[in-house]
Amino acid sequence: MSAWDWQVFCKNTLDGSVVAGCFGSGGDITYFDWLLSAWGWTLSVSILALVVALLLGSVMGILRTTPSRGLVLLGNAWTELFRNIPLLVQIFLWYHVVPALIPPLRAVPSFILVVLGLGLFTSARISEQVRAGIQSLSRGQRMAGLAMGFTLPQTYRYVLLPMAFRIVIPPLTSESMNIIKNSSVAFAVSISELTLFALQAQEETSRGIEIYLAVTGLYFISAFAINRFMLWLEGHLRVPGMIGGGK
Amino acid sequence: MLNLDFSFFSWQVVSGYIVKGFIFSIELTLIAMVGGILLGTLLALMRLSSRRWLNLPAAGYVNTMRSVPLVMVILWFFLLIPLVIGRPLGAEISAIITFTIFEAAYYSEIMRAGIQSIPRGQVGAGYALGMTYAQTMRLVVLPQAFRNMLPVLLTQTIILFQDTSLVYAIGAYDLLKGFEIAGKNFNRPVETYLVAAVLYFAICFSLSMLVKRLQQRIAIIR
Repeated sequence: MSAWDWQVFCKNTLDGSVVAGCFGSGGDITYFDWLLSAWGWTLSVSILALVVALLLGSVMGILRTTPSRGLVLLGNAWTELFRNIPLLVQIFLWYHVVPALIPPLRAVPSFILVVLGLGLFTSARISEQVRAGIQSLSRGQRMAGLAMGFTLPQTYRYVLLPMAFRIVIPPLTSESMNIIKNSSVAFAVSISELTLFALQAQEETSRGIEIYLAVTGLYFISAFAINRFMLWLEGHLRVPGMIGGGK
Repeated sequence: MLNLDFSFFSWQVVSGYIVKGFIFSIELTLIAMVGGILLGTLLALMRLSSRRWLNLPAAGYVNTMRSVPLVMVILWFFLLIPLVIGRPLGAEISAIITFTIFEAAYYSEIMRAGIQSIPRGQVGAGYALGMTYAQTMRLVVLPQAFRNMLPVLLTQTIILFQDTSLVYAIGAYDLLKGFEIAGKNFNRPVETYLVAAVLYFAICFSLSMLVKRLQQRIAIIR
């Protein structure tokens, strides 16, 4: 094995010449520029997918705890459907199959399709956690809410959800970190994110180890940042006297 | 505009493209499961050891594997194994090695929880009977831990089966690849991806239903 060559990141992506200062100019980019833009794509896909997943996952999780059989069935079917197909297959479905079956979607950029695919896949996991969180509350809470004259939506809004969401923050933290890791699958439909950068830059420069180390490090940093943010959020939303919120 | 045409899906197509990939996916899942559980149990025992030189490397290994995307791990091994052994290795063999080593980290967390679920008194009882550490683990703790954790281990295996599709990154011929190539050759990618999704769903859904049943049966014992 040859020695380290970190200079590879300062090379121009077109002619391989080393650029002083590591940043390309005048339309040319270096591998370092490319790496940063790939990181941007990874973060954009992950964060947008997380928003989709949180919204849909919460709705589906809530539906699964309602008294209505139809809504429970809908929530269950949603969860089983998106949980039992591999993520890569789902991404291919969004990219190849959905636009073919629904023509208006053909104009939608693949970035959006990947966000939807990753978001819906993760929504199934989040719905499972939200359901578990709501069901972990004692039944009396719901009854008390209804007995106070709240409607069912009001009971959810003012009684159940404020507690349930605080309970599910820890599992949501790990799911948010998973979404960063899972966004790597987007390489398969040519989203220029970190994994695709790793594959292509490795092939062009034959400096696989340096490239992979940088990419792995960025995944690590991204997941860690999300972890810190969620811990901060958890502490911020903590209610004194409730589960582990003493002092 | 729905003009799906599944008529090209003859037995010849299935046996020519799909079966080969299906066999590899199953093979990969089973080898990685058995190897991963064995290695994972070892890692779990290391992590629970009070000797620092045993538990620190094990913890580092598990945490590293769990914080890197599987696709990147697959790419890493595909790059590194040839450098280490000095000759190129097929994508399929590389995938089998990667998955065994990667899944060991996940199985080890499950086994660790399983071992910790066994009351400490049982270990004490084993020692009191004159058993060695190895005997206590092998005859008393691990069989119970394994039994308690069986549903979780199987659920992880279903996830593992879904993850095998990621060998796409290094071009190994698995179930999904079989469908993809068939779709390209017959110019029917929409239909083949649909069938692939239905097949994966049918397998994973029915397996997870079976695990759910098993869970209810096992729950009675405790």
